[in-house]
Amino acid sequence: MTNVVRKTDTEEKSMPVLRRKSHFVSFFSDLIRSKTGLAGFFIICLLFVIGIIGFLIVPFNPMDTETAQKLLPPHTEGHLMGTDQLGRDVFSRVILGTRVSLTIGIVTVVLAGVIGTVIGVLAGFFRGWLDMVLMRIVDVQLSFPFILLVLVVNAVLGSGLKNIIISLIIAGWVVFARVVRSEVLAIREKEFIIACVATGVSGWEIMVKHILPNLFTPIIVLASLQVANFIIAEASVSFLGFGVQPPQPAWGNMLNEGKDYIFNAWWMITFPGLAIVITALGINLFGDWLRDELDHDL
Amino acid sequence: MPEFIIKRVLQTLIVVFLALTGVFFLVRLSGDPTILFLPPDAPKDQIAEYRHTLGFDRPLYVQYADYIIHVVQGDFGDSLVTKESALGRILSSFPATLQLALSAFVVSLVIAIPIGVLSAYKRNTWFDKFGVGLTVLGQAIPSFWLGLLFIYFFAVKLHWFPTGGRSASLSMILPTATLAIYSLARLVRFTRSKMLDVLKKDYIRTMKAVGVSTLEILTKYALKNALLPIITLIALDLGALLEGAVITEIVFSWPGIGMQVMNALMSRDFPVVMAGIFVISLIYSVINFAADLLYSVVDPQIRLK
Repeated sequence: MTNVVRKTDTEEKSMPVLRRKSHFVSFFSDLIRSKTGLAGFFIICLLFVIGIIGFLIVPFNPMDTETAQKLLPPHTEGHLMGTDQLGRDVFSRVILGTRVSLTIGIVTVVLAGVIGTVIGVLAGFFRGWLDMVLMRIVDVQLSFPFILLVLVVNAVLGSGLKNIIISLIIAGWVVFARVVRSEVLAIREKEFIIACVATGVSGWEIMVKHILPNLFTPIIVLASLQVANFIIAEASVSFLGFGVQPPQPAWGNMLNEGKDYIFNAWWMITFPGLAIVITALGINLFGDWLRDELDHDL
Repeated sequence: MPEFIIKRVLQTLIVVFLALTGVFFLVRLSGDPTILFLPPDAPKDQIAEYRHTLGFDRPLYVQYADYIIHVVQGDFGDSLVTKESALGRILSSFPATLQLALSAFVVSLVIAIPIGVLSAYKRNTWFDKFGVGLTVLGQAIPSFWLGLLFIYFFAVKLHWFPTGGRSASLSMILPTATLAIYSLARLVRFTRSKMLDVLKKDYIRTMKAVGVSTLEILTKYALKNALLPIITLIALDLGALLEGAVITEIVFSWPGIGMQVMNALMSRDFPVVMAGIFVISLIYSVINFAADLLYSVVDPQIRLK
């Protein structure tokens, strides 16, 4: 645990719920004014479209192996990004990989976010032994590189889509819990919470009705930035041979297969990697903009 | 201060102990651990025999106590593959990791600080936008992919460097470059933001007004004041460097701790995995501890509890 004392919050931070609702339109006009935020937003929208209707637009079945057509370079026989060692169309596999990456990124962030928020709120509000236990778990997990933790948990649980999601959640919820806890510690000292306690509002009601709505901004900002981290982590783990297993197309395991053909098929290591970079870039650009827009001191 | 140090050393020990406990129960509770310690195609009678030799047929608390007693003595058991001491195997690969991490750290520092300083000074110019763009892009590129591209261009196409390993004299260059670029983005951002803080100060404005040369202001006054917080932030970030080193080692078959743990995971050599986790979490905790100490020295306003 670092002993850095967080800067105390500014007064305006207790009011974002009101401000946000009445300025929904200005939110979008702000977005249009920011070049980088808008670029990120477009990339994300595009990825969602590809993720949802991707299977309709692929020129080849991404699972179809055609050994006579293996390792074809890009732009031959209708294969835009060439074919892999089994003759499968790389373009179609990259497109289908979008859905895997987005699913993993979103599902893990939502679940890790919910678990982390619940535990963070309870720990920050009740303090005591729960807080003690939580902070020790956070310390332990932070004493270890995130990616290695995901790798070890995944190796123990076994590979596959479901287990990589579980591994990412196990490794990733602590970040949410820590941020939420420190926010709750600041909020519970505010006058309106003290007033609630004084007038006899129950603990649960304070947490759900008065503290939770004020956590919206930091959680959304953190979640948007974590999506990219989780997607890259999944790709790294799948690249190392764990995580999502072939023949299911995922960018990480495509790169893993591609590295064995690095001497004669540059396209196999190029396009899936580009897809990861574009995705992470889009999410980070939008996330950075969102952070500046919603919260200036997070 | 000494009280703080003792407290933190104790805290570090507790964290490392809890990390080992966590992994112990993760391995034991996720199914039959014997299977994890054996090749996937092992016959049934061999599994049963092995369960007994490894002591997995005993109650869990006995296994745990036994494990902790051995670990405290530095005994993580023997590697299931090579039969040598698991901890010894990990420790023997520590110099390789240290060499890679340190050289990458120095390279990225030498490049990042000038870029960050100039970026802050020429705020909102094309140079600054280039610097900021670099940091945004740097965060989006996975280091393992960057490593693959380097191998393709500089080893496969140009034949300048070997594709991996540590034996050849030039084999250090590509992993170092990959890891350096991985940490470059964050170091540029730290330097830029701290320099921006300092450049806003009144004394910098006064110096400009008095006519002190730009170069002198930047190096002698601004950077000097920004340097300590920058160094501290960088120290706090060393953990991320270690994380990058793990992946980089695997991509380039660099025989460090990261690759050892990865190989052990692949061959289900769990004693080596546990020893690796112990050493890595110890290094991580020590780095964080050192960074916190440094932080308190640089900024006495930070309370040490």
